[in-house]
Parts: sequence; C-alpha cells; structure tokens
Amino acid sequence: MTLFTRRNALKLGLAGGALALATPSQALVEIIVTGGDFTPLPIAIPDFASSDPAFGAEIAQIVRDNLKRSGLFVPLDPASLPIRVGDVQNEPDFASWRAATVDALVMGSVERGGQVNSQVRVWDTQAAQQVVGKSYQTDPQNYRRIAHIVSDAIYSSLSGGTGYFDTRVLFVSESGPKANRVKKLAIMDQDGANVQYLSSGKSLTFGPKIGPKGDSLVYTSYEDGNPQVYYAGLGGSAKKLIQGAPMSFAPNFSPDGGTVAFSVSNGGTTNIYSATLAGQPTQLTNGAAIDTSPSFSPDGSRIVFESDRGGSPQLYIMGAGGGGAQRISYGEGTYSTPVFSPDGQLIAYTRQSGGQFHIGIMRTDGSGERILSSSNAVQEGPTWAPNSRVIMFFRDPGGDAGPSLWSVDIWGRNEFNLRTDGFASDPSWSPLRG
Amino acid sequence: MRSLTPIFTVLRAVALVVLVVAVAACARNGAGGVGVGNTPGGGAPGSQQEFLVSVGDRVFFETDSSSLTPTAMATLDKQAAWLNKYNQYRIMLEGHADERGTREYNIALGARRAAVVVNYLVSRGVNQGRLTSKSFGKERPVAICNDISCWSQNRRAVTVVQ
Repeated sequence: MTLFTRRNALKLGLAGGALALATPSQALVEIIVTGGDFTPLPIAIPDFASSDPAFGAEIAQIVRDNLKRSGLFVPLDPASLPIRVGDVQNEPDFASWRAATVDALVMGSVERGGQVNSQVRVWDTQAAQQVVGKSYQTDPQNYRRIAHIVSDAIYSSLSGGTGYFDTRVLFVSESGPKANRVKKLAIMDQDGANVQYLSSGKSLTFGPKIGPKGDSLVYTSYEDGNPQVYYAGLGGSAKKLIQGAPMSFAPNFSPDGGTVAFSVSNGGTTNIYSATLAGQPTQLTNGAAIDTSPSFSPDGSRIVFESDRGGSPQLYIMGAGGGGAQRISYGEGTYSTPVFSPDGQLIAYTRQSGGQFHIGIMRTDGSGERILSSSNAVQEGPTWAPNSRVIMFFRDPGGDAGPSLWSVDIWGRNEFNLRTDGFASDPSWSPLRG
Repeated sequence: MRSLTPIFTVLRAVALVVLVVAVAACARNGAGGVGVGNTPGGGAPGSQQEFLVSVGDRVFFETDSSSLTPTAMATLDKQAAWLNKYNQYRIMLEGHADERGTREYNIALGARRAAVVVNYLVSRGVNQGRLTSKSFGKERPVAICNDISCWSQNRRAVTVVQ
C-alpha cells in the first residue's frame, strides 16, 4: 500500500487494531484505515461543469456536504481553488494543484435532460494519476441521487470502505404535546432531504425497521388499541403481521426479508417470536422474563436481543431458531436495543449507567466494548449505515422538548445532529439503493 | 417452539370493543395530572367518578420494578372491594413506564406492571373475565418535566372502569 500523501494519510480505527477496517486496495491513492487518531483528508471539489452552472454548483455542494459530514474529508473552500469549475475532459494541471497543496481532486460534470448524467474523475495530484473515472445516470425527478452516487464513489475510492450516501432513513416524525404525541412514519434521504410521510399519525406508531432491500417496512402501531406489529411495502398498504397476540411489538427483519422477529407480551411475560410474512409464528424464547429488541445477524443464523432474565436488561445471542442463549454484556448498568452491524463484526446498543444513556459498540462475543456517545438525556435506538462505519440514534432531552436524530462514527468521532422539520425518533437506515 | 395462535384466542374477544374508549379516556386524563382525591365531590355511589376520586384509580412503582408497594396494595384492596361491589363494569389495566428507559423494554415493563395488578385484583376476588390489560410503555406520560418527582408519577398502572 502507498500512503496517500506526506501529510494526509488517514489512519482510522479502534484502539489495538482488533476492530480495524482496513481493506487492501489496488488504488495508488488510499486512506489507510488501521487504528488510532486521524486527520480528515482535505479534498478539492470544484463546481461540476454543466450547461446550467447553478445546477453544477448545487450537485458539487451536495457532494461536499456528504463528504464533510462523514468526518473523513475536509472539502476545501471552492473559492480558494485554482479553478472554480471542474473539467472532466482533460488531465488536470497537476503542478498548479500541488502548488495549492491539493492532493485529492474531484473533477465532475453534470447535465439533465431525459436523465441526469454525471461524469466524475478523482485524481491523485502527487502521483499524477486518476483514481476513479466513471459516469452515472439517474432519474431527473430524483437528481440529488446523482450527487450521492458520486459521493459514494469518491468515499469508496479514498477510504477503503463502501459508501453510504445513496441511502435513506426511515424514522418517526413527532409533533404535538408530549402527553399525547402524534407520531407519523416518514422516510428521507440520509442527508435529510426529500422527506415523505408514510402514515397519518392517527394511531400511535413507533419502531419502524426498513427491509433489507429498502422497499418494505415493519413497525408497531396501536391501530387496533393494543400495540401490534404491521408489515407494509413502501407506498403500499399495511397488514397486521400476526393474529391473536395480546400485544406484539419490536419487529425486525431477517436479512432475506422473509422473516420478522418480534416480541409478544402475554400476562406480564414478554418472549421473542419469529413469523413469516404470511404470519405463521414460531416461539423462540420461553420464560417469565422480558425478552425484546431482537436483531438478526447478517448471515441470518443468530439473533441478538435484550433480556432481564438475569435480573436487569442485558444482551444475549441465540440461534435464529431459538435456544442456547448466551449472555454477552457484563458492564455496569443495563443494556438494550442491540443491533448487528451489516458486516456482522459488531453490535451497537443502548447502555444505561451512572445516570446516563450511552450509545456503544462491542464485538459479537461482548469483548471490545466502546462507548461512542454519552448523554444525561435519554438517547437510544442505534441503527447502522450500510458500510458499518456510522451509527444513527435519537436523543430526547425530556420535559416538553422532543427527540432529534444524531449520528456518530464507530471511532466515537464526528457526532452531529441531523436536522429535521420537527421532532424525530426511531431511525432505521436503509441499505445502499440499487 | 409452539404455535402462537391458540394461546391468545381467549384474550381477544373483549379487548377490541373497549380499547377505543380506553384510548380516549387516557387522552382526556393525560395532561391533567393525577387527579386522585383532590377533586371536590366524590361522585354518586357506584359511579366512575366515585372510583376515580374516592378509591383511587392508579398505583405507582419503583424504578424498573413491577413489585407492588404497601401503598399500592392498600389502593388495590380498595379497588377490589369497590369493583366487587359494582360488578357491572369491565376493567382495563393500563401499564406505563417512565421515560428513563428504552422504548421497547418499557412497553414490556408496562405490560408486566399491568399484569401484576390484574393478578392482585383477581387474588382479591375480582372476576378475571372482567379484566383486560394493555401497555403504553413511556408513550403516554402523565407528568411532563424532567426530574425524579415527575418520573415517579409516570411509573404507574391505571385501572380504568368502563
């Protein structure tokens, strides 16, 4: 591997390197992801060339905003660059970019007609070599996607992981007084744009999870009076997943989308069940405890869940068919809302200890615990970006205030609030869109 | 492993009819505070108002606990006596949790609290067939603020007579 530059090589990762995410690459230019502290990589992104310069500028700004939000890049002020508009036809004048101390350079163009077309080249000015050269097309109704796809190409070529910008977040939009909060299901792009509401808010609704192909969801609603699990295609009508349970809630998809695991409360005990989309249920845990918040491993073979069978809520892993549950969390306080990372290496969770709420990660055997975010306010419900590097959760300061969405990376850096219109909770991050 | 359906068929029948009423009642009572014992006029004997004011419609729990305190048991003894006297009512138990816990666990905790109260009332002679329960978790707090005194008011099971 060749370090990208004399001063900008990124070293990312967790202490000890045991959770290192380095992926060897053929590219000359790359970010070394091995562990320890790092400095974000400066990157130059002139406005995209376009017959509509305002459109070219808008697309370039979406790309800059994405890369900046990732915490791994520092897009340079476009006004400070040797040229203001990208050129994808010709090789850059490497000497002038090096003189401006720019090592990573993105040149793009974009046009919209029947389709939106974009070309992008990523250059290593030190090596005078192209890292990426690609062209993309999207539907003009959804032109922001082209910027997200380009952002993923840049992120992927320079940081060694897959991107996560061409994704959406399913969440609960909240409004009204706290004692009678109205909750609507909603979905938006990962950067907060293009919000669409999926339900009216007539019934109390929470805990939506997006399907593995990004085109379906499960959630819990009080439509029937008691909490029950519902399944729906995006834009389709919802159906109650199972019949006859006093209360069902906390649904989550299997990785193939064909099975849903969830909790059933009956007479004060809460056990985990799974059901096919046709609604045929199977009981997976059995006892007087509270077993809830199931999450499948990405290979579908295991389920991590929370249980207070040992006296307080802790994390357990069992086979996806039930049985043989092993406790994996042993720290002070309580653990809940576990969720497998998409790469299967880590579990994110909510921990309560010392009067605080923490969002943390651990390996699937419970070792390597790392707290990413701590707050006196309630914060809970982590969800993973599809590249297993970023986590979103929600925080609620209590009182008459309401929840908002927050993001943090798995190194505990770059925590920020994702702005939404009104209160927002229960995020569920989609896979990369196909 | 076994099938889910047979276990629950018994419990379904009464639930659906009364739930709409319960939600409406909760919404009305929600923001108004506890309202037990401080309203002038106890209501006519056998009225829902009398139950609310003179008997007390709710019991409170310690943090993350579903054990009945001596105070809670005393309230439930009064509830059971009243419910046994006026047996024309159906009874919905609503379990609630405070906000200092995660959403899904709190749904289960509210269900457990409601079940504990149901079992206690049955042990005091209330006919099980009159009782149904549901949980709101932390979704419907009655006290809105951000300190311990508030949270303790929200850790409750409310007996709604219908």
